[in-house]
Amino acid sequence: MATIEVDGKTLEVEAGEMLIKATDKAGIYIPRFCYHDKLSVAANCRMCLVEVEKAPKPLPACATPIMDGMKVFTKSKLAREAQKGTMEFLLINHPLDCPVCDQGGECPLQDQALGYGKDESRFLERKRVVASHDIGPLVATEMTRCIHCTRCVRYGEEVAGIMEMGAPGRGEYTQIGTFLNQSVDSEVSGNMIDLCPVGALTSKPYRFAARSWELQSHASISPHDCVGTNINVQTLRDQVERVLPIENTEVNDCWIADRDRYSYEAVNSDQRLTVPMIRDGNPENDGGWREVNWESALKYAAAGLLTVIESSSGNHVGGLASASSTLEEFHLFQKLLQAMGSSNIDHRLQQLDFRDDSTASRFPISQLPIADFSNLDAGLLIGSNIRKEQPLLSLRLREATLKNQAQINVIGVMDYEMNFDLAQNIVSNPASLVNEIALLAVEVSKLKENDVPEQIALLASPNEQYNDTQHLAAISNIANQLCSKEQTMVTLGAIAQQHKDASVIRFIAQWICDITDARMVILPPANSVAGWVANCTPGEAGKNTVDMLAAKLKAYVLLGCEPELDHIDGQSAMNAMLAADFVLQISAFKSSNVMKYADVILPMAAFTEAAGTYVNCEGRVQKSSVAAPPKEESRPAWKILRVLGNFMEFSGFDQITLDDVTSEVSFENLSSPKGKTQENSDTTIHYHHTRGLQRISDTPMYRAEATLRNAKALQKTADNPPPAAGLNAKMMEKYGFSDSDLTLVVTTNGEGNTVLPIRLDNRVPNDCVYISAGHLETAPLGADTSVSLEKA
Amino acid sequence: MTDNTFNTVRKTFNVCLPDPSIEQSWTLKAYQENGGYQALERVLREQTPHTDIINTLKTSNLRGRGGAGFPPGIKWSFMPRAAEGQKYVVCNSDEGEPGTCKDRDILRLNPHALIEGMAIGGYVMGASKGYNYIRGEFWEPYERMEAAMKEAYEAGLLGENLFDSGFDFDLYTHLGAGAYICGEETALLESLEGKKGQPRFKPPFPAAFGLYGKPTTINNTESFASVPAILRADGNWMDGEWFKALGVENAGGVKVFSVSGHVERPGNYEIKMGTPFSELLEMAGGVWKGRKLKAVIPGGSSVPVMPADAVMQANMDYDSLRDHGSAVGAGSVIIMDETTDMVKVLERLSYFYHEESCGQCTPCREGTGWLYRILHRINTGKGVSKDLDTLLDVANRIEGRTICALGDAAAWPVQSFLKHYRHEFEAKIVDASGNTSDQSKNKMTADAA
Repeated sequence: MATIEVDGKTLEVEAGEMLIKATDKAGIYIPRFCYHDKLSVAANCRMCLVEVEKAPKPLPACATPIMDGMKVFTKSKLAREAQKGTMEFLLINHPLDCPVCDQGGECPLQDQALGYGKDESRFLERKRVVASHDIGPLVATEMTRCIHCTRCVRYGEEVAGIMEMGAPGRGEYTQIGTFLNQSVDSEVSGNMIDLCPVGALTSKPYRFAARSWELQSHASISPHDCVGTNINVQTLRDQVERVLPIENTEVNDCWIADRDRYSYEAVNSDQRLTVPMIRDGNPENDGGWREVNWESALKYAAAGLLTVIESSSGNHVGGLASASSTLEEFHLFQKLLQAMGSSNIDHRLQQLDFRDDSTASRFPISQLPIADFSNLDAGLLIGSNIRKEQPLLSLRLREATLKNQAQINVIGVMDYEMNFDLAQNIVSNPASLVNEIALLAVEVSKLKENDVPEQIALLASPNEQYNDTQHLAAISNIANQLCSKEQTMVTLGAIAQQHKDASVIRFIAQWICDITDARMVILPPANSVAGWVANCTPGEAGKNTVDMLAAKLKAYVLLGCEPELDHIDGQSAMNAMLAADFVLQISAFKSSNVMKYADVILPMAAFTEAAGTYVNCEGRVQKSSVAAPPKEESRPAWKILRVLGNFMEFSGFDQITLDDVTSEVSFENLSSPKGKTQENSDTTIHYHHTRGLQRISDTPMYRAEATLRNAKALQKTADNPPPAAGLNAKMMEKYGFSDSDLTLVVTTNGEGNTVLPIRLDNRVPNDCVYISAGHLETAPLGADTSVSLEKA
Repeated sequence: MTDNTFNTVRKTFNVCLPDPSIEQSWTLKAYQENGGYQALERVLREQTPHTDIINTLKTSNLRGRGGAGFPPGIKWSFMPRAAEGQKYVVCNSDEGEPGTCKDRDILRLNPHALIEGMAIGGYVMGASKGYNYIRGEFWEPYERMEAAMKEAYEAGLLGENLFDSGFDFDLYTHLGAGAYICGEETALLESLEGKKGQPRFKPPFPAAFGLYGKPTTINNTESFASVPAILRADGNWMDGEWFKALGVENAGGVKVFSVSGHVERPGNYEIKMGTPFSELLEMAGGVWKGRKLKAVIPGGSSVPVMPADAVMQANMDYDSLRDHGSAVGAGSVIIMDETTDMVKVLERLSYFYHEESCGQCTPCREGTGWLYRILHRINTGKGVSKDLDTLLDVANRIEGRTICALGDAAAWPVQSFLKHYRHEFEAKIVDASGNTSDQSKNKMTADAA
């Protein structure tokens, strides 16, 4: 500790810390542009110059370490003179276009000019003009306004991990921009906008939509991933105009992903469902559909469902909910289904293997608190493209690699580009993934002198590829790290959880965690943990998503999902829906596909229009608020479900407020102890690959739910490429394809086929083809994992 | 100009610059015949304690030759010699200060003195690797340096286990790309690392966090090249007093001054510290064409200009030049005769700093261009009466507010030129009388809009 004096006030502060940190904590204001708490110190703007006793020159508070006994003057003549001098320099070439600048009203330069600038300029020369380039659909540029603070450059280099912005040129001809006019493609690029202290980088979708002082702020939670990002939803006259981060150091720090920032566009899109609709088969109506009032729609829905229940039984009704539903929606949804006499309730649309449902109550939850991702010493990612699945967790892993030299390893099926350095990167293929992990378990058991269960040992049985000593060395290196490092984790990503043998992967991973004391981290999609908490799962009596679709039930209730796109097996989903007697969809968005099979479509409020509870992957319970009223006739889904319960004359649907619903949910299982390896788990391998190419599939980050699919700007980004069949260069040569050739993709069971362009994708391993899910074009392939490619 | 027919060495004490009479002075043979590499050999064979060498340098009163005058003896003592891991010595041969050409001649004519000085530095500071960062335009000096290093490697004067001492020293040259800012030591390190040449904020200083984050000592070419002679001490091994006695109280030895401008015999003069300027001028043949002396910039364009009467009373050493209102700087003496247009000179100097500002920090990035544009207007007859006050104020607002000294270097000439020659600037401003010409002011405002 050190004692210093600032403006006559004595402060007890941390010695060696930068002065500006101490003054910020003490509430003493020092102006600044380039300094940012989360970025390295650049000391280039010179706005924070202060007078320090015995220093001949004013010193930048952001780069002056505290020394005991220091006397600082932040408002002395010398300090003021220096600050005003800097302000004058910053303003001489800054355009006076505040009236047409989106930053106006929340602009540090504008604010500080008021305090440190003059009302008249002495600058008689021409102002600098800088050409702006289009850097993509999310960030608008107006580089004449740039003051070269390099926050965006440092952010890319330090936080985001891809250096997209730089400062080419010299002197006053320095221009902040992308290299070679490339676009900014980072999945967390929008944070640059918040960091930019002027209007050089602004939000493109928000451009000219509102003035900041007109906006109302609403604290909320982003529904798109399992982080539970804290967001500030801002509205103008009941319309959402933009989304900003709310700092929460334990969750999202001060960052949000572009997905959190720009998904609101869907809420305002013309694809919103605004009126209840029923299909009464009257050919005079458009496709038999007509708009009706709520009462008619609910009556029609209740009658339809009751007919199925009465003619067959409740067991013939299935309920599929989107993973981004709120806790209350999950709760009432399962309650309604249960009341109908059905346990066919599930929200796990991205899962094929449910074998451990009964044996392991292994909640998909992270045993590692989110904040501790930044403090890891080592970790293993299994089948995870974490950067696109959970962008903010990826930033924390990057922080750990930089701060702790954490050794992060990957065992996966694609050579995904991470934004941090990997210690070991094992690119296997779907068929060998389980073997790789079993092999790791064997290596771990050797180090820990602990016998590996025979089931696992069998799975690790050496086959040809494991004669590769380099490969074995990599596996044993990972084992070594997990056994020797302090803070460790094993994370199962989306690809591991979608795998046909996901339960086996979970079993082995859990065993490794038990032996090594690594934290087990399962990263579920969106608000899935709340789905578990609210028992929106089939339990022992009901059918899971795959069984529900395979069974071709008589009726389905869909909450916020479009199964043909949201379910991993789009083809089966579409077939099941078309075959059903009655389908009720509750959704916020129109879909021409849904209209082919649904009988009633009820418009629900979007995520910004309904309050609800979100539970993130570490079990943190957070509430979102209503930012804007539901659009037109749409209503919060929990209210729709409750009233539907009333219309069906079920008891237990008399809740008046949302809190009434929340209070019905028990959070008990959130505090349940860490899962332990179950003996005698079923470790039969279901993934069989005999001929053709192994299909690798993931859901592109902006295709994962209806909200994202309807967010215009996100759809235009590089993270949303059109569907294609990705092959590496060697495979392209082997099969005689060249880029953009059309190919007929046929599943080896012969049930599905589609035509796709070939795309060179060197992330794909040999004998595999990458075909993403989440597209209608690829849905016909179903969940089959072996395909052959023919020239189309 | 590729052979020694072009010799700019006019006078020498044989410390950094060889006697012009020595044939092919840049060869190993010539260097060794004149005592070269004796110091390195003796230091390594005798394993001279590194503190003894540092003490000798301290006693010698050698001041750093790059411009700031910081004594290398003290700088070398800052190196955490015992620290584990790689340490570096770096030579700054990015001689870019307008008016300076001394390091160029050291590289051209006496490269082995630099190699020997750096190797001794490496030994003293426990650094087994050295880099010599050479200004981008110095092709011929670069070739001479490379040839000399080849000779040294072949003769076992560089490389592994020198003189069986167990000491390894590898030297590399790096040719810059012509940026003045890379002569600033931390920008030089950034550039050497392959990054954009921009100064780092200090602290940390290079001795703690230098090249690739490792402890590093950076000295000017002339500083390193002086070391062997100081240790030889004209036969009195390691007697710092020898060098000290050549100079004055606060600055020992001899130093190379590059005399340029309006003199009869421009060139490099290695003279005793404290030599009166008038003597140096005489050596250089006096002001050319029999004209009168008007002004002198005694240490390169970054130091204040001195009017003739001030400089004629000054001696060429740190204290005397400071007392007369300027500085030794890099020892680049720019002589201006009575016909010189001081407005034009300052305009040209300001253009240089505007062009060479790296753009990293605000006052320099925005201010240097502003200074130049005002001066350009004044010089082209478009000045307005307020310009001189603005000019001075802008310079004052750059000075002392920037990350590196380039901002100061841009400000000082403006301040000193206005101090001594304000009347010349006023004369170029049509309405300098104070009667602001509204017409001219309005015109400027319209241009700016």
